[in-house]
Formats: sequence, structure tokens, C-alpha cells
Amino acid sequence: MEPFIHLSGVKKVYRRGKAEHLAISDATFDVMPGELVSLVGPSGCGKSTLLKILAGLHPHDGGEVRLGSKDHPFDPSRDVGMVFQAPLLLKWRRILENVLLPAEILGLPQAESRERARSLLALVGLTGYEDKYPYELSGGMQQRAAIARALVHDPKLVLMDEPFGALDALTREKMNLELLEIWKKAKKTIVFVTHGISEAVFLGTRVVVLTAGPAKMADNFPIDIPHPRTLDMKTHEQFGVYTRRIYKLLGME
Amino acid sequence: MNENLGRYALAVASHVALVAAWYLFVKLGNVPKFVMPSPGETLDALLQPNYNWWWNVGVTGAEIFAGYFLGVVIGVALALAFTWSKTLEAFFMPLLVSLNMIPKVALGPLIIVWFKYGMLPNSLMAFSICVFPILLTTARGLREIEPELLDLVRSLKGSRWQLFAKIQLPGALPYIFAGMKVGAILAVAGAIVGEFLGSDKGLGYLMLQVQVTLDTPAMFMAVIMITLIGMLLYGMVLALERWLVVQDARVE
Repeated sequence: MEPFIHLSGVKKVYRRGKAEHLAISDATFDVMPGELVSLVGPSGCGKSTLLKILAGLHPHDGGEVRLGSKDHPFDPSRDVGMVFQAPLLLKWRRILENVLLPAEILGLPQAESRERARSLLALVGLTGYEDKYPYELSGGMQQRAAIARALVHDPKLVLMDEPFGALDALTREKMNLELLEIWKKAKKTIVFVTHGISEAVFLGTRVVVLTAGPAKMADNFPIDIPHPRTLDMKTHEQFGVYTRRIYKLLGME
Repeated sequence: MNENLGRYALAVASHVALVAAWYLFVKLGNVPKFVMPSPGETLDALLQPNYNWWWNVGVTGAEIFAGYFLGVVIGVALALAFTWSKTLEAFFMPLLVSLNMIPKVALGPLIIVWFKYGMLPNSLMAFSICVFPILLTTARGLREIEPELLDLVRSLKGSRWQLFAKIQLPGALPYIFAGMKVGAILAVAGAIVGEFLGSDKGLGYLMLQVQVTLDTPAMFMAVIMITLIGMLLYGMVLALERWLVVQDARVE
């Protein structure tokens, strides 16, 4: 099968006047359609930069970025959904209107989009909150709404930049389980950036490890833990093997 | 609801208490009328037909509203223009900050030289004082919008207009109103200063006229009228804010 994302030797240089900062020196990995790939590494290792390149927000300075395949064509304007660390809901819009934002921007048919937004809110467990304002929701609920927003235009690729990084530990574990559920039902390719090593292993079908300064691919391996995943799998031996492998790569052992 | 009612009652009570204190101070202290009139004597000033109260209120009100309206339109428009071009912002913003340092009152005599006596220079005075805070707070509000929100729209290849209409303008609205509230108070002061400096009508002009005859009750009345015009303007801005801005987003 052809990969959905193909990155080879991707390089990114930030220029500020004459100073150059090499943010990514070499990113090379493939993502198959429907995979949930965790991108793990320390802060400032260029993970977010890589996401922005995938989102088409930044150009890259070398190497090859290919999105989509014959069976899964990729439209750069409507096949990307994004979730950030902060929910970034629009304070002045009710939850349903927030979820609809991408559909509005793309000019999708209104009635269908509303229908879809409602069913997505049901999927993320926010039925009954459609007409609330963001401030009336907890942080975790806001982030769920943000996930629904990322899915409303039915993109093929969802990019998540430390989406649960600001949540408390318990909520985070809960959201991990829910994300896996959503991923299973929505059948999306997801690139999930995190600096949580156990989160990366728990969620990913594959983990890509980046080391910092400048970002370099350190490892890329599949996670062979069966789905559906449950929290007690975190205590399994195999889980520990994976997390230790990452700790080692990041020089923490 | 009950709590709200209680708050309103307290607000009314404090105002009534002030008037009562004023009355008692004048009566018990035997304060002469030309130093401080009683509330009743102040009201009596309204009966003086040759002071043309309503005409003068209209003049001053029109000056304030015109200058303020111009200030809001130009202040907000300039701040918005800055979001369209970084160069434009880098060029004008430092200049505007410097211009803001000019004590606008000091421009009064110049404005009169350029525009003669009348309502126009007084409106311009109100405008020149209120436009800067409106512009600067609006610009700040536009800057404070999370860059990732802009990324979100750009990742969907949203147009510049969509970015503006769906994110930037509504996002900056609480700041626009914060600036408008400050500007409303300043616009009133600006118009009155303009009338002090040179005018042949309006409440500020009337105050100078009655000062000569030591008609202190009329001066008090003029100050009250000016305050009421200011409260009306401020109240309108507040009502508009309540209508347009979701509670949680308001900047206090």
C-alpha cells in the first residue's frame, strides 16, 4: 500500500536577518492511511514546525513532502483538521457555531454541516452543550469541542499539537481513551505531537522519535499492542519496553 | 435577580446620599449662594430663559457625539488597516504613540486658528482626544488574537476577508469597546475645553458667560448637564457592548 504521508530528508531553516536557525535537519518517515502516528520529542525539537509543514502553513527548505496517494487523494485546502494545545474556541460563538467554523470557511452546505457538527458533538460526548458558550465548559470539554471542530469538514488528516498537554493527568488519560475511540470511529489519519512518552506509546500505531537541536529523526517503530487499548496495558511488559526505548533515545536513561 | 435589585438600590442610594450631603452642607454651613448653591437653587437656574439651556445642551451634545463618532470610525479603521500590512503598522504605530504624547488641550489655540470659532473646532478637539485610546486599544486587541487561530484559518486556505470577519474583528471587539469607553469620557472633556478656548455657544461657553456675573447655580447646572451628556454617551456604548459582546469576552 502507498503511504498517505511521505517525508524524506525534510529540512527547515528559520532565517531572521542573517542569522539562520536550523529547526529540522532531516525528517524521514512514512505514515500509512488510517494510522495514528505519535511524534514524540523534547520541547523545541521542531515537532510543531513539522506539523505546520504538513498543514501547509510553512514551506520546507529541502527534502520531499508528499501528502495523499492514489487511493487517498489529498486536497490541501480541505483535508487538514488541526487541534492545538489550547482549545482556541471563539469566545463569542456557541459550541455548535465553534464546531462549524471550518465548514463556514470552506463554504460547505449549511444544513448538512450542522447535522454533522451535532453528530460529532455526540461522538465527543458533548450532546446538550451545543448552545453553551466556551466559558461554560471545562478545559477537557473545550478540547473535545476543538476535536469535533477539527473533524467537521471531514478531513483525511488530523494534526494534533500536544492537544492534552494543558489538562490535568486524570483528564488526560480519559481523553486518550476517547481519542482512540474517536479515531476508530472517524477513521482518520492522525499525527499526534506530544512530549509525553507514555502517551505517545499508548496512542500510537507507530511512534516517531525526534531529538532536539536541530530536530533529527532518532527512531521510528510500530507499536505492537492490540486495539482496543485499555489503561491497564500501560503496566504490560511490552509497554515498558517501548517507553524505555524512547527514554534511552532522548538521553534520559 | 434579588441581588441585582439590591445593587441597583445601593447605587441609587449613594447618589441620593451625595445630593443630601450637598444640601446639608450648604444649609447647615450657611454657605453663600455664589460659593455653592443648594440643589434647589441649582435647579432654579434652569428657569432662566436667556440661558437657552436646551439649545446649549444640543450644541455641546452635537459636538461631543460628532467628535466621538469620528474618533471611533477613524480609530478603529486605522487599527484594522494595520492588520493588513505590517509595514504600514511599523511605519505609523510609533508615530501615533508619539502623537499621543502631545497634550491635546495644547492644540486648542491652533485648532481655532485653523478652523475658526464654532462647533467644528470643538468637535475636532473631542476627536483628537478620544481617537488615540480607541486606536491603541483596538490595535492591541487585534495583536492579542492567538496566532494559532490564524493558522487554523490559513490551514483551510481561508481568505483574508474571512480571517478578518470571523476571527480578527469579533476577537478585537471587547478591546474596541474598552477603548470606546475611555474615549467617551475624553470626548466630553475635549469638547468642553474647545468651548472654553473659543466659542459662541454651548455649555462651556455658557459657563464662561455666567462666571462673569458669579451665577454659580448656573455653573453648577452646566456641569450637571455636561455630566448627563457624558453619561448618556457612555450608557449607549455600554448598551451596545452588552448587545454585541458575549459576557465572558468583555474587557473590564
